[in-house]
Amino acid sequence: MTEPVIAVRGLTKSFGSLEVLKGIDLDLMPGEVLGVIGPSGSGKSTLIRCLNMMEIPTSGRFTFRGQEVTSRFRGKGARIGTGELRREVGMVFQHFNLFPHLSVLDNITKGPRLVRGQSRAEAEALALDLLAQVGLADKARAYPSHLSGGQKQRVAIARALAMKPVVLLLDEVTSALDPELVGEVLAVIRRLAEGGMTMVLVTHEMGFAADIASRVLFMEQGRIAEQGSADDILRNPRSDRLRGFLSRFHG
Amino acid sequence: MYNWDFFTVMQSFDLFLIGVWTTFLYTVGSIVLGVIIGLAACFARLSRFAALRILSRSYQELFRCTPLLVQILWAYYALPMLLGVSISNTTAGLLTLSLYVGSFYSEIFRGGINAIDKGQREAAAAVGMSGVQSMTHIILPQAIKKMLPAFINQSVIQVKNTSLLYAISVAELTYMTSVVNSETYRPLEAYTLAAVMYFVMLFPLTQIADHFERRMRRSD
Repeated sequence: MTEPVIAVRGLTKSFGSLEVLKGIDLDLMPGEVLGVIGPSGSGKSTLIRCLNMMEIPTSGRFTFRGQEVTSRFRGKGARIGTGELRREVGMVFQHFNLFPHLSVLDNITKGPRLVRGQSRAEAEALALDLLAQVGLADKARAYPSHLSGGQKQRVAIARALAMKPVVLLLDEVTSALDPELVGEVLAVIRRLAEGGMTMVLVTHEMGFAADIASRVLFMEQGRIAEQGSADDILRNPRSDRLRGFLSRFHG
Repeated sequence: MYNWDFFTVMQSFDLFLIGVWTTFLYTVGSIVLGVIIGLAACFARLSRFAALRILSRSYQELFRCTPLLVQILWAYYALPMLLGVSISNTTAGLLTLSLYVGSFYSEIFRGGINAIDKGQREAAAAVGMSGVQSMTHIILPQAIKKMLPAFINQSVIQVKNTSLLYAISVAELTYMTSVVNSETYRPLEAYTLAAVMYFVMLFPLTQIADHFERRMRRSD
């Protein structure tokens, strides 16, 4: 039996008195593409941000490849720290968050050089290779302010991949894009899925989720309300609430 | 009609030069120390430890909300009585100027750091950078650009503030001008010359500040 990459038990997260996640159990298996859908405020963004400890869970068990994770940057004893976790669990943000003072190439090589200790030559070779994969080989020397939204997001994906992560977390990565730019980003994600990358994606692109997700979670009010294969969840929803939620997207 | 006579005061030009040089030294010294103090106070304010935050905040408010001249006189005349040791005017002057400007710098630094979108810190953390790496490689390089105009403006004020050391007989430009005045009885020429010298020192600095401000607006 294969071991889950990330296993979560009874995970809760509160901001002050507001409980956003109310007990999540989740196993993320290698090679799985997990789609997370749900209305805004359902906790899906908080959930994905807990998976690389960008938000520190309030309670619950969190293991990465069987190892428990502490909330501190450095691990202690058998438990690994958030720094070690985030090396292996990459994240792409809704608003790209590229480093505006660095060229595209430096955006991508900064992490591997600082965190993985790669040489400049090694890191740049990998970065150029990744830029070619996302179709931006000619933009290595450009600065983020000169890129379109779609190009920025593809650079952000390349930046995350440069760390050679085991898991990639994608938090509404097309939500801030003009509609005509969504396709180029989805194409990159599709290729990653076909290449066997383990991914969690929070998305409003239901058609896309149906296409590439091997499993879909429907979140509501801080809980996983329904889950199953993309077909089950998106094409044959059981609960009224999920049906209602989906109907707004088919409109 | 007043009979201008710059020749007499110019014979004491070496005294003016001593004054300019001393003003320069106190300015540079207090700016360097002020930056170190300001950085420390800034990071203390941003710290997760409440005690450090309160300490830093108290320091900032104490020095920002009392006049510099009072601080200088207090450090030179009152502090020695309190401590029972004598403090030279050099020490009292440099220390007070540094602490004073440091309190303003710390708020300029903090403002620059807080102006950086929190997504930048998250993106740095997401590739596994430590807090220090993220600060030095991602946040500060961007924040410094935002701080620069305010930093230079505060430093311009600092050059002028050194003139208050006149009150404790530090041989900076204003004090040396008073020496020239008492030797020549030519206050109009002496203080006009002093003003011109301050202007010559400061005008380039304000131009640099304007230049940075324009450049920043362009890149936004």
